[in-house]
Amino acid sequence: MSNSSKVQKIQGRAVVLRGNDIDTDRIIPARFLRCVTFDGLGDHAFEDDRLQDPNHAFNQGANAGASVLVVDDNFGCGSSREHAPQALNRWGIRALVGGSFAEIFFGNCVALGIPCLKMGAEERTRLMAAIKANPGAELEIDIASASVTVPGAGSFQGEIPAGPQRQLLDGTWDALAVLLESASQIDAVASALPYTHRFQA
Amino acid sequence: MAASLFDKVWEAHTVRELPSGQTQLFIGLHLIHEVTSPQAFQMLEERGLKVRFPDRTFATLDHIVPTGSQVRPFADALAEEMTQHLHANCQKHGIRFFDLASGLQGIVHVIGPEQGLTQPGMTIACGDSHTSTHGAFGAIAFGIGTTQVRDVLATQCLAMAKPRLRQVRVDGDLAAGVYAKDVILAIIQRLGVKGGVGYAYEYAGTTFDRMSIEERLTVCNMSIEGGARCGYVNPDQKTVDYLRGRPHAPGDADFDRAAKWWLGMASDQGATYDDLFRMDAGAVEPMVTWGINPGQSVGVSQKIPRTAEVEDDSRAGHLEALEFMDFKEGQPISGVPIDVAFIGSCTNGRMSDLEIAADLVRGRKVHPRVKAMVVPGSMLVAIEAQKRGLDKVFQEAGFEWRAAGCSMCLAMNPDKLQGREICASSSNRNFKGRQGSPTGRTLLMSPAMVAAAAIAGEVTDVREMF
Repeated sequence: MSNSSKVQKIQGRAVVLRGNDIDTDRIIPARFLRCVTFDGLGDHAFEDDRLQDPNHAFNQGANAGASVLVVDDNFGCGSSREHAPQALNRWGIRALVGGSFAEIFFGNCVALGIPCLKMGAEERTRLMAAIKANPGAELEIDIASASVTVPGAGSFQGEIPAGPQRQLLDGTWDALAVLLESASQIDAVASALPYTHRFQA
Repeated sequence: MAASLFDKVWEAHTVRELPSGQTQLFIGLHLIHEVTSPQAFQMLEERGLKVRFPDRTFATLDHIVPTGSQVRPFADALAEEMTQHLHANCQKHGIRFFDLASGLQGIVHVIGPEQGLTQPGMTIACGDSHTSTHGAFGAIAFGIGTTQVRDVLATQCLAMAKPRLRQVRVDGDLAAGVYAKDVILAIIQRLGVKGGVGYAYEYAGTTFDRMSIEERLTVCNMSIEGGARCGYVNPDQKTVDYLRGRPHAPGDADFDRAAKWWLGMASDQGATYDDLFRMDAGAVEPMVTWGINPGQSVGVSQKIPRTAEVEDDSRAGHLEALEFMDFKEGQPISGVPIDVAFIGSCTNGRMSDLEIAADLVRGRKVHPRVKAMVVPGSMLVAIEAQKRGLDKVFQEAGFEWRAAGCSMCLAMNPDKLQGREICASSSNRNFKGRQGSPTGRTLLMSPAMVAAAAIAGEVTDVREMF
């Protein structure tokens, strides 16, 4: 994913994973971080949770091929490992909807062009009920309006901060190109900081 | 106008405002390690880019390094491969690598301060969430993902949204047996594990003023466990004194100039904050986590909360934690038997941590059921501890004395829990599976409390052991 493309709408089936504070150690256990590429991480998403819970959402055949992950509060807390969104992405996830997201996880997702929509508790409960009532329905996430539509069950309002929303819509979520534009300004800021020349007079 | 340290540092490092509304922020110090950097170097090469400021990035080996035999090649072929990648990347791009051969290797958040790389008024980034540790010097330091590691390598910059600022004010003296670890665990217990999302924390008040730099490192280290991506303590004379003479600190001729700039970055009287949280240090007792996130803790004299007592939206998590830990609501935390005792990590693997633990175990024996280990945070910590004979104190008590690394904090190396073992741990996370066994259990506490538990074979109040 080296080229930033516009992310405006995401369509796909949803997988609902309940529980607050699901940390990145659970999303991808540390032993799978012993690697030099992100390849193959998708097979190990939630590996330990899945082994301990046969009914885990990622174990259910009906959820295979889903591309929208619906979660509760503070999803992705803990470690900064980008291996977590990489594993979810390689499993098939293209967007998340949740009560709230941990900050580093949220930023890592944006950097991969994966939107994370925040949705209040009531609206989220209705969304989860709609998904349950319409198994296999193809949801549509619209980034511009920050909403989720479930065919036959209506639309559900979420929110996404203006900055990431614009990055996704404009296709500038991969920040590197933008950061590279200002080479001379970077040099100016660097040389104005006294510690870059060890405070020498 | 009065400004906070956070505002001053942010402004001094702002390159420009980006169309997205974010700030392009210059990063003064970039630290890398073997786990989150190889893919970043790969991405850099795919774009045909070079490292923009190679002298502002420093590397070490910590997560996967074995703490037993460190003879190369490592027994774990994957660990060896990651090490070789880091070697090759550092060599190719001209990055200083504190590898095993340098004699300066250690946990990234231990060696930054130790080498004098971490300084007040800097922005610091590392592909590791515990980068918040460096805030103890009055730096704005935060963890980033691998794609952002690439961005820093290529541009020495990040695109960041400015967080809000909360002052976490703690005043008063800590009772004997109560440490910096207990203070931060108490803060997280009160504000919750997501209480800090969207905030940077300024730790202020007489309790932090009186803390040593190493104690402040422990506090700032766990900011992220409360959801805050960074947390800092304003620099003072202790900060200046700590830095004097460190290898990467300014030389004698320039040191006073540096000190003046550092102290000038501290928050001004009358600086404003978006939020204020207060706590009384006298109310804090030794803390122990009983659950599966660092907010699920109690004082050692207390009982595990009853499910009916917790707020509605925490109830499911409470039940899940009780089930995973196999604890009962209302059960006293004191007396819970432990199998393993681990002293180490970027939270509590420094000299003062080892000294406090050694004082407790001197002349005592580890309980026969307990497997106990001490893992120094860096090679220099290990050497200093050995010079003072602490290795012997620990070994005579029945602890294993191991080589520097992250070890059992996250078990990406041979140090792991087995099965359902319960570990009294001085580390920072009690997540399910964190210490290497998917069903293993972690109780977070101060190094003194870990030492006490190792001797007693169960969670015990360290204040009764003085």
